[in-house]
Amino acid sequence: MSENKLNIKAEAKNLNFFYANGTKALKNVSLPVYENKITALIGPSGCGKSTFLRCFNRMHDLYPGNRYEGQILLHPDNTNVLGKGVDPIEVRMRISMVFQKPNPFPKSIYENVAYGLRIRGERSKSAVDDKVEEALKGASLWNEVKSRLQDLAFNLSGGQQQRLCIARALATDPEIMLFDEPTSALDPIATVNIEELMSGLKNKLSILVVTHNMQQAARISDYTAYMYLGEMIEFDATDKIFTNPSRKETEDYITGKFG
Amino acid sequence: MVKDKMDSEFSLIKPKTLNEVRAMIRKHKRNDFIFSSIGLLTIIFALLTLLILFVDLVMDGYPKLNYEFFTDFPSRRAAHAGILSAWVGSSLIMLVTFITAVPMGVAAGVYLEEYAPKNWFTDIIEINVTNLSGVPSIIYGLLALGLFVYTFHLGQTIVTAGLTLGLLMLPIVIVSTREAIRSIPIAIREAAYAVGATKWQVVLHHVIQYSFGGILTGIIIGMARALGETAPIITVGALTFIAFLPPAPISSSAPFISFEWLQSGFTVLPIQMFSWLSRPEHAFHINAAAAGVVIILLTLLMNSTAIWLRYRIRKNIKW
Repeated sequence: MSENKLNIKAEAKNLNFFYANGTKALKNVSLPVYENKITALIGPSGCGKSTFLRCFNRMHDLYPGNRYEGQILLHPDNTNVLGKGVDPIEVRMRISMVFQKPNPFPKSIYENVAYGLRIRGERSKSAVDDKVEEALKGASLWNEVKSRLQDLAFNLSGGQQQRLCIARALATDPEIMLFDEPTSALDPIATVNIEELMSGLKNKLSILVVTHNMQQAARISDYTAYMYLGEMIEFDATDKIFTNPSRKETEDYITGKFG
Repeated sequence: MVKDKMDSEFSLIKPKTLNEVRAMIRKHKRNDFIFSSIGLLTIIFALLTLLILFVDLVMDGYPKLNYEFFTDFPSRRAAHAGILSAWVGSSLIMLVTFITAVPMGVAAGVYLEEYAPKNWFTDIIEINVTNLSGVPSIIYGLLALGLFVYTFHLGQTIVTAGLTLGLLMLPIVIVSTREAIRSIPIAIREAAYAVGATKWQVVLHHVIQYSFGGILTGIIIGMARALGETAPIITVGALTFIAFLPPAPISSSAPFISFEWLQSGFTVLPIQMFSWLSRPEHAFHINAAAAGVVIILLTLLMNSTAIWLRYRIRKNIKW
């Protein structure tokens, strides 16, 4: 890790978020997302870490009445992801997401991965073929599915389905990938696979991952942010957070005294 | 279960002995048995009634169920009377109904479920659409008489009858479309949005495709209901005796396709059946029974197709 070459890929600045029922779920949250690093969001259930993650690709826009205040700047072009004039579709084209439970489309393995390319207007079959193969290799799924790309995605195991969802998110060359507790529905072996995969992916892009599993955050992330009740309590290098946190609340959570 | 005495003295609930527990379970299971017996009996009763009705119709109508019955026009002589004009009329009307009600119903269902904002206005629309599917069909007939016949001057024609049944079928298609769409998990929609799809792309590539089985079922069941409808068709002026066919929609000479059939008078299967039934001669009652068998078989065929299609399409979708 060469600390001197750190670029900020995105940063949240004084972000507040309100759900339609008026709940203030995020309170003045700020966080940098460093380029080619994995940033983990940890905290007890209901602390707002998933809510925060879903601000980055404007998922909250799908439900009426939700409201953002503040900024999430995407570099190098300095676009405010939450800006009124910024189309959430454009944001989602640049920032992709992997969900908690594997959610492949009820289509073939191939079509799942190709979908992002199709809606970007890619017509050339060979180009799509290449990209699908590349993405499946990137999600270390290629060897398991290359002989049955036309099979239904539902016929894969849970861990394979989640890697398929990663391939789907990867195929469109996103700048940032968001992971929302990507292994919480998976068994330990599948979890290890996904963790290794994520560590490999950071060479290509920046990763922001929500996890309720502290060991997972310690294993895979470069930076860790601890959130509690909608507030950002502490953000630092993962080593620092887990060995020598500067805030008492963080230490209590890390050592299991709380949460 | 069997605690020692010391313990039980502190509890208000006396612990049961093993024999008491077994007796209790036996008693509870008796209720299982009683309910399932009653359930079975009611099912048998319902099915038997239907079966007896159907067998009775088949036995009455059997002598007439031959090829000529489908190719003969109605006639004053029962032996030569057939259902040609009735089944052709029914088919053409169903075609008009399908072409109008399906696109409108599916579009309305998709709009209400995916696009419409959730507010008091759409709530009112929702309640009304659901209520519409329960409105007696004669009311649709009166509405159509006023609207299509007297206001739009479409005449007592196939197009009027088709539109009338289309109106009748519309709420069924809308409701079943919405229900089918609602069964798609949010996670699948979010997955599509997350890769950058627009609302229309989500609807076109996902929502409609995954709810297709349910939508199709609603369409077929709606069509089956429309096929058997009599009251609204009589109201808009179906003929009871018709010895000609509408002009053919396709011809061998230019312009090949003709829409003149839309302007034609018509009759339909249930009306043909009714008009035979109202005659005094017994021979016509046999014809009516035979027409009844045809209607029931068509309805059964459509409903089983719906079930089969739903099964086929749902097989690939697990959630």
